Order: sequence, then C-alpha cells, then structure tokens
Amino acid sequence: MDTSIKILIVDDFATMRRILKNILKQLGFKNLVEADDGTTAWDVLENQEIDLIISDWNMPKMTGLELLKKVRADSRYVKKPFLMVTAEAQKQNVIEAVQAGVSNYVVKPFTAEAISDKLEKILR
Amino acid sequence: MDVKLINPFIDATIFVLETMAFIKVTPGKPYVKQDNLAVGDVTGIIGLTGIANGTIAVTFEEKCILTIVSNMLGEPMDTLNDDISDAVGELTNMISGQARKGLEQMGKVFKAAIPSVVTGKNHSIRHYSDGPKIAIPFNTDGGDFTIEVCFER
Repeated sequence: MDTSIKILIVDDFATMRRILKNILKQLGFKNLVEADDGTTAWDVLENQEIDLIISDWNMPKMTGLELLKKVRADSRYVKKPFLMVTAEAQKQNVIEAVQAGVSNYVVKPFTAEAISDKLEKILR
Repeated sequence: MDVKLINPFIDATIFVLETMAFIKVTPGKPYVKQDNLAVGDVTGIIGLTGIANGTIAVTFEEKCILTIVSNMLGEPMDTLNDDISDAVGELTNMISGQARKGLEQMGKVFKAAIPSVVTGKNHSIRHYSDGPKIAIPFNTDGGDFTIEVCFER
C-alpha cells in the first residue's frame, strides 16, 4: 500500500476519528485530515488534494451516503476511493451504498485488521 | 414486548465492547425497571423507529466507562469529560447498529436516530415511549453497566 496518500476521515464522533487515526498511523499512514460531517468533508475535498475518503454514514447536516452521492456525481471525484465505515449494518444499507458507488464497506465495530484488509483491496 | 427481541441487544452489546474495548462482558438477568433513575453515571440514548417505536439506553458506572474508553483510545482516561460523552454516543450507536442487524435477521427492520448523551449522578433516563423498560445488567472487570430497551406497547 502507498502510505504517503492523503486520507480524509469523516465521522461526527471524535472518538471514532481518533480510533481510525490510531489504526491508520499504525499502518504507516501519516497524511490524515478530519471532518465531522459531510458538509465539512466536501469543503475539505474542494480545497485539499485528497486521495481516499473514509466516511461514517449517520451524521448531521450531510450524511455519508449523501456525501458519497455528491462525490460520485462530480466528474473530478467520480473515481475517488471511498470507504464507508458505519454502524449501519442492515442489508439495505449495504445495497444503497454499493448502488451509490462505494469502494468498500466496513461495519462498526471493527478490528484494525478489517480496516487494513479493506484498504489493501481499495488501494492495490 | 416479545422477550426474543432482547437477545439481539445482549449479543450486540457483548460484541461491540469486546471488539472495540477488548473487554470481557458478562450479562446478568434482565428485569423490568420501574423508575426513570439511571443506574449509571453517563448514559447514551438512541431512538428507534420501524415496526414499533422505542429507545435503547446504555448507562455506565464511572469506573466502567473510564476503563472502556481508555481501552478504546489506548490512553488513560480518568474523568467524565466530553471525550467520554462522545465515546458513549458512539458505543450506543454501534450497539444500536448491531442489534438492528440481529433484529433484521428476525424480519424486523428498524432505523435509528443520532444518539444523545446525559452525564451526572442520579440523572433520569427518558424513553420516548410508555412501554415496559427492560433492563439488562452487565458486568466487566472494570465495573458495571446496564442497557435499557423500551418499545411502545
């Protein structure tokens, strides 16, 4: 995996952003930025060179699914790797995310190995 | 309330805490709670809508949640602060998500709201419906916590 890439972590819970940052740092990723909802994430995306988005689903203002759809509707970001990390574990959620163009999907709670495996698949 | 609906909440609670906080969790005997007084010092509450409307509350003793969040973040936590409230919100969210996954396998689909968190000694837990409040106590090496499940009649 190319660990020099810049990753945007989007979650309304600071705890989850810290857990994901800890895991990503252990995997060697150092270039990490954060946003606490989809609206802020979009602003970051418009102003910084982001290589991969890791986003929660259920957030105020703009959900992760709405962010994903907005990203995929924009020709600049249509191929941007997008990993959904969410507590939404029902089949319909996964189907909706896949239909919206998610690159991969991790259900909370997760292990560091699960995040690593999904990133390997997305980034290879 | 169908008692079979309780099992997904027990399974979800054990799975979430063992996975995220690396802590062994032992459930006690469920009981019907009569009052609104929280057993714990910090409580996460989340509303559910679907075939029935209801709420789940997860209420932790101070020592218990400090141990859990210390394990989750890999750094010692020694006071109930905004970090702890945030973590309780996320734990409640994850327990809700896993429980809804279990309920879906029983043919019962629910959606969840965004959780809220209340902190302080002797606070009240307000469920959104007037159904019976089923409480399930849990024990960990770090202390005790209780989940409450309440669905409309």
